[in-house]
Amino acid sequence: MRPSRPGSRTRRTLASSGTGGTDNRDDTAGTDADDRTGHEDNGGEGARDEGFWTLTTRRLLHDRAAVASSGIVLFFILLALFAPVVAQLTGHGVYHQYSSGLTSDGLPRAPDSTFPLGTDDLGRDLLVRIAYGARPALLIGFSAAFIAVILGGIAGICAGFYGGVIDAVISRIFEILLAIPLLFIAICLASVLSYGPIHIGPIQVHQGVGLIAVLVGLFALAPVGRVIRGHVRTIRERTYVEASLSLGTSSAHTIWVDVLPNVTPQLLVYTTLLIPINILAAASLSYLGVGITPPQADWGSMIATAQNYYREAWWFLLFPVMALVTLTISFSVLGDSVRDAISPRRTR
Amino acid sequence: MMRFIAIRLLLAIFVVWAVATIVFLIFFVGPGPGQVVHALAGRGATPTTIADITRRLKLNEPIYVQYFNYLGNLAHGNLGYDYYNEEPVSQVVARAFPVTLSLVVGAAVIWLVLGVSGGAIAASTRRPALDRLITGVSLLFYSIPSFVLGTLAIWLLYYELTRSGISFFPAPGYVPISQSAIGWFKSLILPWFTLGLGLAAAYTRLTRVSMLDTFNEPYMVTARAKGISESRLVYRHALRPAWTTVVSQFGVDFATLFGGAVVVEQVFGLPGLGYTTLHAVQQQDLPVVMGMVLAGAVIIVAVSFLVDVLYFWLDPATRAR
Repeated sequence: MRPSRPGSRTRRTLASSGTGGTDNRDDTAGTDADDRTGHEDNGGEGARDEGFWTLTTRRLLHDRAAVASSGIVLFFILLALFAPVVAQLTGHGVYHQYSSGLTSDGLPRAPDSTFPLGTDDLGRDLLVRIAYGARPALLIGFSAAFIAVILGGIAGICAGFYGGVIDAVISRIFEILLAIPLLFIAICLASVLSYGPIHIGPIQVHQGVGLIAVLVGLFALAPVGRVIRGHVRTIRERTYVEASLSLGTSSAHTIWVDVLPNVTPQLLVYTTLLIPINILAAASLSYLGVGITPPQADWGSMIATAQNYYREAWWFLLFPVMALVTLTISFSVLGDSVRDAISPRRTR
Repeated sequence: MMRFIAIRLLLAIFVVWAVATIVFLIFFVGPGPGQVVHALAGRGATPTTIADITRRLKLNEPIYVQYFNYLGNLAHGNLGYDYYNEEPVSQVVARAFPVTLSLVVGAAVIWLVLGVSGGAIAASTRRPALDRLITGVSLLFYSIPSFVLGTLAIWLLYYELTRSGISFFPAPGYVPISQSAIGWFKSLILPWFTLGLGLAAAYTRLTRVSMLDTFNEPYMVTARAKGISESRLVYRHALRPAWTTVVSQFGVDFATLFGGAVVVEQVFGLPGLGYTTLHAVQQQDLPVVMGMVLAGAVIIVAVSFLVDVLYFWLDPATRAR
């Protein structure tokens, strides 16, 4: 066993008791990233004592799928950031309806030199709309994932570590969140919000991207929280935690030093896993008309309108669909690669 | 066993109460004192309707009186009244529920069968190309939102196919089973696959990952060394632990799917719970929205409860948590 050097984060491996908590959403079944083993993959390579993060990053960089998918993700992020530039380059605004954008029958125009990707049902430049549409998708994807992981993580850690009443209360909250269909609540809120913003005690609720992000994040929180809770409960039982606590270490310190580093890989995996799910959820909400509504550019609402035009204007349906699917697949592949980089499997 | 059921039941009731309270806050407190009755009555309501609603729901009383009145109504199965179509909301729910049920159960069959077998094949095949193919295809279906899949299905399989003369798939819409069993079945094939394939993809990934993990376990190496045949190895030894993960996940997913099927219902025009709620929103028919959300939550909680009891009965050792 190598002695721990200051600055390196190798940890002893205790027999990992499998994934704590059987509620494994999606593919984290099998992420036995309990104790980070800094020297797992070095084999007989010699004395290079690499920390967890170094190893993970190295594995990621060697993974071609990961590199390719992060490239695509980066492209969309840049597209969203520089959407105004795209508008400038084409000379078309995102909300502008151009009479030149519609045929004499009032139908969308096919892609040509003026409109690179064609126009939509109101004569707006589709390329510009798609560029701007990347913004809510990415914004909601990321922020909802952070909300879910941070809140769910904190709740799960507290529930798992402290147990007792705290655990009971938090677990009940998770169950309530799991029992309510996200879509139904979103529909509920949308219907009431059409009469104006609502006030419940000190909370004020307005329509908008923020609300969608919070909603999606809130409902993604419970599965994360439950798994983290199970995991933390297992870690809590470990001998070194017990030893530490019996020596008088405060709970806060124990959590910070012993629990958190073991839980972080799973949280990271969940973040990358949740982003594509959140993007799809937001797009579905917009498709149903209870998310981002026109004239704001959003892929989901574009697809909702475009599906009535699949006969006459296939580009109107195809391009937003391609944008959405490409972004989602790239995030999914990236998430898979991150998960594999954190806890690689021997076979395949 | 009875203790378990009793605790679970109490929990279920608690969750339903919590959801009801949240809904109450959104609908009765949210809009603000003057607006509530207008929101509930809908646009274009006459002063008589407004007065009637105010009286019925006791909207002039203090909030806690309204709350207890509301809870009391719920306990009696009174989900409110739809002033647009002049019928009790519970009737609306009763009409919509069988549609969603047909959709969800059919999709569940597809997703379980395809998902688990796909994952098992991918994990156990000796040909890496097959594994990559299955993984790739499932990744694709996992990433396509159901409304895209559904719209594409309608376009290609209904429209284009019918145009070419093969009119097997009917137009989007629901045929009640009481009207025609075959019609019912045909109207649901595309929706079943649309809803089921996405989840099947998720389950393929899940099963494959679980099985790959199992293959690494020492007891699998021992089994192989003992000379157990490959197929027996896969089906008896490797699939078993993966099964438990899948099955516990299935319970949760099946229950929540009642709420999540909205999109498919909307795409195919199936008048289920989600579709009806959505259109109630468009018509600004708030009592229906409220009643549907409550009904939806109750259904989900009920299904979860049944699933939990079933799992416990099947195997007390694999109780979740």
